[in-house]
Amino acid sequence: MGTTAAVLLWTLGVLALACGVLVFTLNSMARVTFALLASLVCVGGVVTVLGLPYLGVVIVLMMAMEMVIMAVFMIAYMMNPAGLTPMSMLHNKRGALAISGVVFAALTSAVFVVPWPDRPRLRSKDTTVQVGMSLMGDQMLTMVTLGFVLLATMVGATVLATNRGRYDRFGDDLDQRPARDPAGGGVGR
Amino acid sequence: MVEAGAWWTLLAAPALLLGFAVLAVTADAALTARDAGRPVTVSAAMRPLLAVPRALVAQPRRMPAPDRMLWRAGVVSVPVAAVLSTLVIPFGNVAVADLSVGVVWFNAMEVMTWAGLWLAGWGPNAAFSLVGGYRFLAQGLAYELPLMFALISTATGAQSLRVGDIAAAQYGLWYAVWMPVAFVVYLAGVLAFSFLGPFAYPVGQDIAGGVLSETSGVDRLMLQAGRWLWLAAGAAMAVPLFLGGGAGPALPAWAWSLIKTLLVLAALVAAVRRLPVIRADRYVEFAWVVLIPLTILQALVPALVNVNR
Repeated sequence: MGTTAAVLLWTLGVLALACGVLVFTLNSMARVTFALLASLVCVGGVVTVLGLPYLGVVIVLMMAMEMVIMAVFMIAYMMNPAGLTPMSMLHNKRGALAISGVVFAALTSAVFVVPWPDRPRLRSKDTTVQVGMSLMGDQMLTMVTLGFVLLATMVGATVLATNRGRYDRFGDDLDQRPARDPAGGGVGR
Repeated sequence: MVEAGAWWTLLAAPALLLGFAVLAVTADAALTARDAGRPVTVSAAMRPLLAVPRALVAQPRRMPAPDRMLWRAGVVSVPVAAVLSTLVIPFGNVAVADLSVGVVWFNAMEVMTWAGLWLAGWGPNAAFSLVGGYRFLAQGLAYELPLMFALISTATGAQSLRVGDIAAAQYGLWYAVWMPVAFVVYLAGVLAFSFLGPFAYPVGQDIAGGVLSETSGVDRLMLQAGRWLWLAAGAAMAVPLFLGGGAGPALPAWAWSLIKTLLVLAALVAAVRRLPVIRADRYVEFAWVVLIPLTILQALVPALVNVNR
């Protein structure tokens, strides 16, 4: 790793940590969300510098979307979303401390347990293909199963969360057209 | 073959993008003048540009208890993301940085507008502005996935995420020809992330300008510039993704890139002017029930073609 990359890596790492601290010290739900986004963007940068540009940029992409959607839900469910009166972002302090302590210990020990290669091996030019092969090659069955599990979870959660079924939409004999929906859609079902 | 440009392309690319955006704005103004029955003159076309000096000297509007930092961050990030997205777009045979994951980079920058516009709506601490920010998210949930599948279709066709490779892979037949669904969905996505024309819902007149309603001066200029910069960036990206990049007979590559970008931009400006604003609740259902299945099928086509190759 060259000097530029090392400097970049450390800068991004420190920035990610600093933004991570802000997540717990700021008192507005919107600011907290976007501090977390800034932290995750730095993490994406770190991953890119480490030679996995695809994963790095995808982290930025997905986290931007997810944090914005998360902001919507956090603000919908939390009191005092704008931080107009000071509010602590810390909940369940003991449990959180235990969990984060264990996770930190596990990750740190992993750094020492992993058998790192002794000398820098020739790095493949296209790490994206490597990531794809290691995820989709031997682990194709795992990925397919995971995909279905995730999809089933999302559909199931939505079905459980909604209090309207087809009888609400189409009437007792399921013959009511158009459906009685709270908001009209664009397809006219 | 696309190559990385010299250092000065870092300055030339934003300047070129700005040029395209200004051209789109003036074309829009000229068409407005024509539709209104006024003479189509240079001064009529240049009229919207007068808003630039006006915005620069305008007195900033103050709101009670705004989140000034987030507001500013959101407003700035829209045009900045538009400019950053052009790093990977080749013009002729030169891109500022032909990243190996160029398509993902473009998409990531485009998603930054989600954050930017929501923040621009949240920051001023005003109802209509906030409604505008939420409207963009609702619209984003509708347009983003079809747009991603459209981008994936091109990347699958070229078996590469590098924009230069995608342009080169269209030797002989443009992706716009054999992936028409992806092309149309992509163009709709461009209008959506520049929140113009049919997708001007977050800045709708029914909510007094929405995200734009409380901005003034430089902030307003930034957001308005961001819209047109995104339109220009989307038009420029359509050329390597769907129209073969700089490839073409007789003329040099940069000339073909210029011509194709201008044509796409003209089509987009025409669409902006002709199509009515569509409500997000209607477009969400259309996107999820019609567009997502269509674009998934579209992505399947290049996949099958490549398997058979």
